[in-house]
Amino acid sequence: MIALLVLTISFAALLQFFVSYCRSVIAACTGLELSEQVREISGIESRRVRSDEFARLLQLLRLCPEPGNDQFGIGAVHGYYGLLGLLRAMVQPLAPALASWAEFERQGCAYFAAVALDRRIAYSRDLLAQQVASRL
Amino acid sequence: MLGPVDYVLWLVGVLLDAAAVVCVVRSRSVRKYFTLSLYLLTAFLLSVSRYLILTGYGYTSPHYFYFYYMSDAILTIFLYFALMGLYFHVFQEMGVHHYLRVAALMLLAGTAWVSYQVVASSSHRLLTRFVVELSQNLYFIGLVLTYLLWGAVMKLRETRTRLIQLVLALGVYFSAFAASYALRNLYPEFLLWRYVSHLMALLLPVSWAYTFLKIPEEARLATARVAATNR
Repeated sequence: MIALLVLTISFAALLQFFVSYCRSVIAACTGLELSEQVREISGIESRRVRSDEFARLLQLLRLCPEPGNDQFGIGAVHGYYGLLGLLRAMVQPLAPALASWAEFERQGCAYFAAVALDRRIAYSRDLLAQQVASRL
Repeated sequence: MLGPVDYVLWLVGVLLDAAAVVCVVRSRSVRKYFTLSLYLLTAFLLSVSRYLILTGYGYTSPHYFYFYYMSDAILTIFLYFALMGLYFHVFQEMGVHHYLRVAALMLLAGTAWVSYQVVASSSHRLLTRFVVELSQNLYFIGLVLTYLLWGAVMKLRETRTRLIQLVLALGVYFSAFAASYALRNLYPEFLLWRYVSHLMALLLPVSWAYTFLKIPEEARLATARVAATNR
C-alpha cells in the first residue's frame, strides 16, 4: 500500500518535473529567429511551425552532422512531443481545451526542432568552411 | 554476477560523469557551482574505485560489498550538499545563507539519527544497514526538498535559466529514482528494475552536462513559461 502511494506521488512529481524541464529547454529557443535558409530547406513559410512538421524536421536533423551538444535536448523534447501526442489523442473528445494546449505545446516542440536544425546547418557550414580553408 | 549490460551501463555512467565534470570546468562554473562539481567529480572517482575493487577482490567479496554501500552513502550525502548549493543560489539575494547552512546540517544530522534509530535493534551488519537506511532516507528527503525548492523558484520568479534547468533535472532524477524504488518493492520478481535504476543514474550527469554546455550563465527565462500548468 505504501509502495503504491510512493509510486503514485513520485510518478506525479516525475511528470511535473519532466514537463517543466522540457518546457524550459523549449523556452530557451522560442525567442530565436529562424534563418531564411532553414525556412527554405524545411518549407516553413509562416512565423509559427506546424506541430506535424516535427517528424520531418527530425529527419532533416539526422541528415546533418552532430555538433555533439544538442542530442540530449532533442531526445528530451522528442519524448515530450510523444507524450503530448498521447495526451491529445486521449483527451480530444473529453477536454478540447486540454487538447488545444497539447497542440500548442507540440508547436513549441516543432519550433525547437527547427532551431536545432538551423544550428546544425550553421555548424555544417562552419565545418565546410574550415575544410576548404585547410585545403587552401 | 555482473553481466555485459551492467558493465556497459557502468562504462556509460563513468564517461557521462567525466563529461559532466569537463562541461562544468569548460563553462568556468566550478567555483559558482562548487558542491555540484564536487558531487560529479566524486561520482566519477567512486565509480572508477568500485571497478578497481570489483576486479581486484570480486563481486561476492566483502570488500566490494562494504565499499559499494559506503560509497553510495557518501555519494548521496554529496548529492544532498549539491541540492543545498542550489538552495543557496535561489535564496542568495535574501541573505539567509547562514540559516540555510545550519538548517541543512541539522536536517542531515536528524536524518542520520532517525536512520540509526531504525537499525539500532539489529546487531548483524549494523554499519551496512545504517548506511543503506541513511541513503534511502536522504533520497526521500532529497525529493521533498527539490519539490520545495521548485516551489520557491516559482514563487520568487527566479529567471536564471541555468539554475532552473539544474533544479528541474535534479527533480526528474529524484522522482524517477523514487518511482523505480517503489516499482521494485511492488514487483520484486522483475530483474529489469536493476537496470532501470542504473539508467536513472545516467540522467543526472547527462542533463547537467547539457545545461552547462548549452545554457550560458547570463541566460534568462520567465518562470511562468516553464510551469507545467501555464500556457
